Amino acid sequence: MKKVYINEQVCIGCGLCEVYCRLKHSKSKDLVKAYKKETPRPLSRIRMDESGIVSLSVRCQHCDDAPCIRACLTGALSRDPATSLVNVDEERCIGCGTCSLACPLGVPKLDPSQKKMVKCDLCQDEEIPVCVANCPNEALSYAEVPDESLKTNQVII
Amino acid sequence: MAAMKKIKYLIIGNSAGGIGAAEAIREVDKTGPITIVSDEPYPAYSRPLISDYLARPCPVEKMAYRHPDFYEKNRITILLDEKVVQIDPDKHTVKLDGGTTLAWQKLVLATGGTPIFPEIEGNRLKGVFTFNRLDDAKAIDDFLNRHHDGVKTVVIGGGLIGVSVTEALVKRNVEVTIVEMKDWVLNTILDEEASLFEAQALTRAGTDIITGYTAVKINSHLPGEVSGVSLDDGRVLPCQMAIIAIGVRPRLDAVAESGINVNRGIIVDRRMETSAPDIYACGDAAEAFDFVYGVNRLTPIWPNAYEGGRTAGLNMAGKSAEYPGGTAMNALKYFGVYIASAGLVTPPDDSYETLINRYDGIYKKVIIKKGKLSGMVFAGDIEKSGIVYNLMKDGVNVSKFKEALVADDFGLASLPKSIWKDRLDSTPPRGVTVITSIEKPEELVIGD
Repeated sequence: MKKVYINEQVCIGCGLCEVYCRLKHSKSKDLVKAYKKETPRPLSRIRMDESGIVSLSVRCQHCDDAPCIRACLTGALSRDPATSLVNVDEERCIGCGTCSLACPLGVPKLDPSQKKMVKCDLCQDEEIPVCVANCPNEALSYAEVPDESLKTNQVII
Repeated sequence: MAAMKKIKYLIIGNSAGGIGAAEAIREVDKTGPITIVSDEPYPAYSRPLISDYLARPCPVEKMAYRHPDFYEKNRITILLDEKVVQIDPDKHTVKLDGGTTLAWQKLVLATGGTPIFPEIEGNRLKGVFTFNRLDDAKAIDDFLNRHHDGVKTVVIGGGLIGVSVTEALVKRNVEVTIVEMKDWVLNTILDEEASLFEAQALTRAGTDIITGYTAVKINSHLPGEVSGVSLDDGRVLPCQMAIIAIGVRPRLDAVAESGINVNRGIIVDRRMETSAPDIYACGDAAEAFDFVYGVNRLTPIWPNAYEGGRTAGLNMAGKSAEYPGGTAMNALKYFGVYIASAGLVTPPDDSYETLINRYDGIYKKVIIKKGKLSGMVFAGDIEKSGIVYNLMKDGVNVSKFKEALVADDFGLASLPKSIWKDRLDSTPPRGVTVITSIEKPEELVIGD
């Protein structure tokens, strides 16, 4: 599987990753509507964390050891065997926030209007995720996770 | 006794712990026969969803914890509606209440919890319920359907179960009074201030909350039916239904005469193994390691049950796994109010340091001892609470940046680089193709 890598050295914190993510996950695919008119308001799956000169574009890492899946109360979170992505089944998600509390990055976002959790899906229908494609400074890159880390027989608890 | 075919892995309990064990076993051993015994008639369902069920009854499939083909796909034999009544650790057998005996090689006890049912007068009346299983929700639903007009309800106990049944009942237009013995609702998982968020939401929804008193009797005017609840100050709350929600305790009936060491729950080591060889335990039934207290204790919550079950399963299948430790951790959204808490919520003595931040209706608090987090409460906004929870879980020394943990603009970037670097993939591995754009480089235009 591929992952989004972030190079904080060149991230200028412009927030375009959040903008494009929200646009991508809107129904209208129209920037003005996505921000001002669409209900339910689409949410960005990316969070920009900033402190001083450091900006971090944070999203789900689809970890090998995904504590969110194990913590999920309803079984809505699972790993897709075909893509290795951590997916949320919106039908079964109740938006309780247990995954968010379990996540070391705190990335699962709660959508209060929909009472669901939303998370990064790596834009499965795109060639590369829109955040990467539209990062003006190439702070985000998309690359294959090396095989060794996938093949490890180590069982993670 | 005729030689019985031994089940390689026998799992008692079909909820978070049992499923956690089964999934871990299948990760290691793809073929060894697994049997799950459950005294409920349903495939694994999400127990926390019984509140949603009561609010709006739905087919049980909608509450399924795993996909319908889970058992078949993982080649798990499931025995539903069967209760284990006796465990024989020496013979490696269990007895079911129908008389059948099952022999096993490895056994895990994921028997869960059972409601604490006080011996007060009137507790067997029709209209008195507990709220732990789907059948409880069904029974309450049935009761409500038979009593159309205004069923007043007293919920005895203002903990998680009490508040979750209240939320469901409010959605069914039932008038509810919560009676909580301690000073505030959800007192085991929230401090007083965060509890106020919940209490206000409950009050806004029309629920009465009585704290500091306890129910001493359930009254009955018509034979067999509930007419009210008497409190210890002599007050009588008229109602037609009473729900007992004062807590759960480990379900140990099957373990009772087995010789397996039991304290309040089944005693297990870090491998989740009990005092009897080849027998493991997890979930609400077991006392597993709590990383905040540094001791084994009951932490009856869903994610810990799964995690403990997983550790047991890995060990049963021949791996060597240690339970990473859990603590009380809960994320709530009753009446749309988001709250998350973990570990301690009020410092037990003055050797702890407490940091609090309040802004825009948001409340954040962390409790620190000797540089390490031992508790947290986030109310109003729980985004990024996971970062703090994991710092606590990993035992990270937070002295140098503790104020940031409750700050309005807290995020990963507020932490030292060495910490977030560890948690984020920041450098693509060497030697792989790195894509940063789908646009082709602009062609150089020469001339006009």
